[in-house]
Amino acid sequence: MAVPEGGDALVVLEDVDKHFGTLHVLQSIDLTIHRGEVVVVIGPSGSGKSTLCRAINRLETIDSGTITIDGKPLPAEGKELAALRADVGMVFQSFNLFAHKTVLGNVTLGQVKVRRTDRKKAEERARSLLERVGVANQADKYPAQLSGGQQQRVAIARALAMEPKVMLFDEPTSALDPEMINEVLEVMQQLARDGMTMVVVTHEMGFARSAANRVVFMADGRIVESATPDEFFGNPRSERAKDFLSKILKH
Amino acid sequence: MFDFLQDYDILGAFWTTIQLTFWSAIGSLVWGTLLAAMRVSPVPLMRGFGTVYVNIVRNIPLTVIIVFTSLGLFQTLGVSLGAKDFTGINFRLAVLGLIAYTAAFVCEALRSGINTVPLGQVEAARAIGLNFTQTLRLVVLPQAFRSVVGPLTNVLIALTKNTTVAATIGVAEAALLMREMIENEAQLILISVIFAFGFICLTLPTGLFLNWVAKKVAVKR
Repeated sequence: MAVPEGGDALVVLEDVDKHFGTLHVLQSIDLTIHRGEVVVVIGPSGSGKSTLCRAINRLETIDSGTITIDGKPLPAEGKELAALRADVGMVFQSFNLFAHKTVLGNVTLGQVKVRRTDRKKAEERARSLLERVGVANQADKYPAQLSGGQQQRVAIARALAMEPKVMLFDEPTSALDPEMINEVLEVMQQLARDGMTMVVVTHEMGFARSAANRVVFMADGRIVESATPDEFFGNPRSERAKDFLSKILKH
Repeated sequence: MFDFLQDYDILGAFWTTIQLTFWSAIGSLVWGTLLAAMRVSPVPLMRGFGTVYVNIVRNIPLTVIIVFTSLGLFQTLGVSLGAKDFTGINFRLAVLGLIAYTAAFVCEALRSGINTVPLGQVEAARAIGLNFTQTLRLVVLPQAFRSVVGPLTNVLIALTKNTTVAATIGVAEAALLMREMIENEAQLILISVIFAFGFICLTLPTGLFLNWVAKKVAVKR
């Protein structure tokens, strides 16, 4: 499952810094994500992991450093930025499905308006994606009529509909009831097995162990450790990571 | 007691009121939406224009605006908006003034609606590659409109009654006819009641209908 170092680099962050006022949320971040790699970012709250994830499609701006995606530097704004975002799928903690559109409408909107796909083809593709994430029978409902787990799976289908090069997951299961977490994780496991490049910010250590090629541990705005799941969970090198793991793995 | 009414075209006058309301409503909805878009746009110049426009226009009495369209635009600058006769010119000028004025209120109602749309909706729209205009048009405004049907109903009812100001530049709508009738007939109370009732007939069903619409289109979160 391990992806060789120095393989095909898809997302590259170099010396990225960001402040929120006086808070230095990202401190000289260097991170390379290879094509087909699943990187799980973990760390305590406020460590900057969500900010890192959001910076990759520029929902957060950065103060300095560079981010390149598939060899191209992240555009600052305008058409180029919109085009880049279409290639980077994003799944949010709070789902953020378009509340005034049906499930089908959510999954076709980007295809029709950004990719200029013919509506009929877009609907076909949407239905097959909804099938894939297991909510095909909900296609004509509105988001508010769905459970959290169903909404998040629709959100994954919406992102996949754009045929993204990489998928970003910003704590996708943190807002879910416990019994719905697995249905979302299973969809993500399947995606990982299908070879999708993924950056996953999560507190689900089970997912990190089973699906990740690499675990990135962040604390206080820095990447403290970057290792395979076996190495990281079995033999963490830094005190900070040992401390973190001892707190969450005790129960 | 009601015989004298046959000498006056009350229905015709109210028909003019309805036409004034209709065209002003459409126009102010369009112009108000554009203003609201400007007020939330990332371009500082547009934001500035929207803010200045709204704050100036909504603080000028409507009478001043309507009188200005006639004295300023038509008689001084010769703007006739493509109409040939005085009736047509005055009607169009009144609609223009009502649009300019009402749009400021539509804009503010809509902007408060835009503020009810969660930021996550905008982020999700951007994340699938929609640009600013598409995000506004396809995601933000449809949700904003649904949440402000109530406030927009108030604006529409106010507009309906505000059309009476068009009487000041001689548009033959309900208020002008009322003034004429009060001058000619010794039936002050009856005439007032008739016109008050006429306006209630216009606004009450509108309000009830739009309240029903508001409930029906409300976005569930």
